[in-house]
Amino acid sequence: MKIGVFVCHCGSNIAGTVDVAGVAQAAKNFPEVAFATDLLYSCSEPGQEAIVQAVQEHDLDGVVVAACTPRMHEPTFRRAVERAGLNRYMFEMANIREHCSWVGKDKDANTRKASDLVLQAVEKLRFDRPLQAKSFDINKRVLVVGGGVAGIQAALDCADGGLEVVLLEKTSTIGGKMAKLDKTFPTVDCSSCILGPKMVDVSMHPNITLYAYAELESVEGYVGNFEVSVKKKATYVDWDKCTGCGLCMEKCPSKKAYDAFNEGIAPTRAINIPFPQAIPKRAVIDPTYCRQFIKGKCGVCAKVCPTEAIDYEMQDSFVQEKVGAVITATGYDLFDYRKYGEYGGGRYPDVITSMQYERLLNASGPTGGHIQRPSDGREPKKVVFIQCVGSRDKSVDRPYCSGFCCMYTAKQTILTKDHIPDSQSYVFYMDIRAPGKMYDEFTRRAMEEYGAQYIRGRVSQVYPYKDSLIVRGVDTLLGSQVEIEADLVVLAVGAEASRGASELAEKLRISYDAYGFYMESHPKLRPVETNTAGVYLAGACQGSKDIPASVGQGSAAAAKVLALFSKDQLESDPQVALVSQARCVGCGKCVQTCPFGAIQLAEDRAGNPKAEVIETVCQGCGLCTVTCPQSAIQLQHFTDNQILAEVNALCQQAMEESFES
Amino acid sequence: MSAGNGRELRIVGFLCNWCSYGGADTAGVSRLGQPTDLRIIRLPCTGRMDPLFMFKALLSGADGVLVSGCHPRDCHYSEGNFYARRRLELAKRLLPTLGFDSGRFEYTWVSASEGKRWQQVVTAFTEQIHTLGPGPKFSH
Amino acid sequence: MSPELSYAYYPGCSGLSTSKDYEISTRAVCRALGIKLQEIPDWSCCGSTPAHTVDHVFSAALSARNLSLAEQMGSDTVITPCPSCLTNLKVAAHRMEQEPAFQQEVNRHLQEPCVNTVQVKSVLQALIQDLGPEAIAKQVEKPLSGLKIAPYYGCIMNRPPEVMDFDDPENPVAMDEILRGLGAEVLPYPLKVECCGASYGVARKDVVMQLSGKLLDLADSLGADAIATACPLCQMNLDLRQDQINAALKRSFRLPVFYYTQLMGLAFGLEEKDLLLNKLNVPAGPALAKMQQAAEAAAEQDAQTKEQ
Repeated sequence: MKIGVFVCHCGSNIAGTVDVAGVAQAAKNFPEVAFATDLLYSCSEPGQEAIVQAVQEHDLDGVVVAACTPRMHEPTFRRAVERAGLNRYMFEMANIREHCSWVGKDKDANTRKASDLVLQAVEKLRFDRPLQAKSFDINKRVLVVGGGVAGIQAALDCADGGLEVVLLEKTSTIGGKMAKLDKTFPTVDCSSCILGPKMVDVSMHPNITLYAYAELESVEGYVGNFEVSVKKKATYVDWDKCTGCGLCMEKCPSKKAYDAFNEGIAPTRAINIPFPQAIPKRAVIDPTYCRQFIKGKCGVCAKVCPTEAIDYEMQDSFVQEKVGAVITATGYDLFDYRKYGEYGGGRYPDVITSMQYERLLNASGPTGGHIQRPSDGREPKKVVFIQCVGSRDKSVDRPYCSGFCCMYTAKQTILTKDHIPDSQSYVFYMDIRAPGKMYDEFTRRAMEEYGAQYIRGRVSQVYPYKDSLIVRGVDTLLGSQVEIEADLVVLAVGAEASRGASELAEKLRISYDAYGFYMESHPKLRPVETNTAGVYLAGACQGSKDIPASVGQGSAAAAKVLALFSKDQLESDPQVALVSQARCVGCGKCVQTCPFGAIQLAEDRAGNPKAEVIETVCQGCGLCTVTCPQSAIQLQHFTDNQILAEVNALCQQAMEESFES
Repeated sequence: MSAGNGRELRIVGFLCNWCSYGGADTAGVSRLGQPTDLRIIRLPCTGRMDPLFMFKALLSGADGVLVSGCHPRDCHYSEGNFYARRRLELAKRLLPTLGFDSGRFEYTWVSASEGKRWQQVVTAFTEQIHTLGPGPKFSH
Repeated sequence: MSPELSYAYYPGCSGLSTSKDYEISTRAVCRALGIKLQEIPDWSCCGSTPAHTVDHVFSAALSARNLSLAEQMGSDTVITPCPSCLTNLKVAAHRMEQEPAFQQEVNRHLQEPCVNTVQVKSVLQALIQDLGPEAIAKQVEKPLSGLKIAPYYGCIMNRPPEVMDFDDPENPVAMDEILRGLGAEVLPYPLKVECCGASYGVARKDVVMQLSGKLLDLADSLGADAIATACPLCQMNLDLRQDQINAALKRSFRLPVFYYTQLMGLAFGLEEKDLLLNKLNVPAGPALAKMQQAAEAAAEQDAQTKEQ
């Protein structure tokens, strides 16, 4: 075997703390290495060409590139190796950047380490075998989880592209957070006027199946062939019969139900349709408030319903769907404003969240768009906005910037002035973050045209005094304390991962960060992909985002799915398990262990039971390889001999025995 | 930044591709300094981690072995790390029988976003191995 | 009576002088509740504010000495009524636990090294967590019905939370619960943990006039009959300087400022020698008389309804 080794400088990223030329020199003495050199940027076009040329000139059988993490450029170099005429699996990478040059300060130690890692890769490569991918059929349907604006956009784009879409929404209507907003920045256009038509499009689109009031129960399978189970939660109303007339809601005697859509600022009925433009416009009973459920008698809604749609006996039901790709668009939740005791949220009725204020501003909200204090219904004249409530604060474990609060606060000061011309708004801020088209101009308008007073500093305390709230804070620009007697205090609560995000991630087998936001495959270059093939991200589930960014990402995720489905077949990863018929004793342990059902027992010509791997189903985890008492089933490209060769390379001793034959 | 008195010991790490290998990458991208003793072998999943690899490494002269995978319930392959946990816990208890201090082997869970945690795990484990000193060497 | 509670007890310097009433009433109340207080023999000053503004090691050594003495007593918990002493003891213990090198340095100053095994609590924390509000309420003989109280904790009893580790640092409720158990009406007092001006009373009296003035103003606006406090310095600023504040702000507050232990003693029916109410600058008489009237009126009403 003739192996070529290419050690990358990565500019100064590696060469700064590793003697790159020295590593290449050392590699010349490694077993079966026929060629070794260093390259300035191996992933660049000239770098890749140098590899291709060397393969052809020196007639190499395999290539080792010592550079960055294989999670970044392994596919790049595999393609280069293939261009040179080799099988793409006759290639190994040594990670001498993320695992070496970037984490060690001592150049000598780093160089020794890099050299070890190259030897490790060479030893593994000696056991590499050419592998061929298999093709398999795919199901060109897509599941979109979450019916906020990102999910709506993704669903519509996929459906317009000709795909069948299954859209899942956990509440009884699509629309998400955007449906609650009054106006949107920086244009101050009506939120429901721009979202409403899109929601209607979803309901009318022949390619979209909408499951509202439903959740993802389980996911099986893999890219191209997922099988999902959808839980349709009991609504206690037969939606096939319900016409959304709202008569039940009018007559319902239980008038103290929590209104999630209105953020709890006013109660709703135990049976309700969240808002007039809801899609689907169907009623749902909340059994925690319904008298029929609590006291066992009432039945008013069942009596008044003209279509006899009420069904108190309804149970959760499950639907199975087959799809080829999944887009998660589960959005975000708001920070719990009660965590800041000093602001008194939850204790003082006139300290409210920005989303509650949005509902007060909204003409279809519980106050008909008239701003009223929750405590006494009085119109506030002095409104204080406190920004960064649950953003950029390590003490509440929210060190990140939520990104959109500066903008919506500016919007709310403008709307306050529009609603109450003789009002005055004050905004306590840390910094104004307004990077975006027309964004900074917008915050300037709030200050200059609408007279909002911006005070740079934090608030130390809010407390009631007689009929108003005293807001005490600091003006760091003036270097003085500030006290404002306010009628209403609005907390600009930040975004956090939606509740249940981690459970969904576990079902989809995707990663999430310390705060529960889903991890993209690469922060710059693969922002809507996950590390699980066929699962994509859209909107704030990946990190806090405003509406334009969410819509953009919804479309981006849809484009990824359309590209994936542009072929009729996908190539399977050939790094799968392979059974040695000679060694297999047909015990069936691998069959029991495989999480994917990718192994079955078949009979050989003599009628003996033998394990058989379904290559397009195998996901390449290697569980079976460790389970097999005979070492008969080996995960290709990660065989026992390969890993032991790496161990031996690192332990500098010759391998003396082999677990395989 | 080497733990101990400047002399490196040989530590072999087995990391799953999806979580801990990514976590180590994240630590690198964030330039979170670590001791240089560790060498990492990439596995698809800790479910691929045959305890024999660990024994083999220690018998071949490694001073410490570290395995790290996805947090329980977060496995990319659903349940690989549950198998790993059972196998490795058992293997760890066998070590004293073979003449190794059981502190020479640890397994842990680090997600792809936990660069900081990876730095702490590597630093702490390297210190632990340096406290134990070079491992017993067997002649062949 | 609940199982025997016993603590090493650290009275603090002010307990022997300016806040003698706090100290005496604390001991009396604990006696009534069956809590055993073992005074740390030969205890020394915690260093108060001056020590740690000069030298952290020295300040910690003063507290570590007292902790070491408590260890030698064989006690596992030391309690003190004074939040300032509490802060010093807790900060010293906390930092010694976090930084072994610091502990070594501190111990170089001590004859007997501090192992740092003793837990430090306020008397308030011991009362609410170890004894519980129900046991306290059981002891009440003369409920404080009709007395409207603004509970004021002071700024350091609960902060910084990672060191003090007790109650909600922004909205503590321990004293509220006790006072409610005594039958008093506890007002929602939002400035519970605001600064009274503390020792600025010496250097910048104007600061205390403003800060303590605000506390009195809010209590007054809520219709309080009295303020309850847990800190000697707060009590001094609010009570002893109330006339100065009135003069400075052109107001006429007449709010008695009790230690919460004095109110407990009152409700338990203890005698004046155990309460030292006569040490208060703003006399307690009118507030207590009002309470008495309210009680009598209620009793009369009660009797009338029964007759009917």
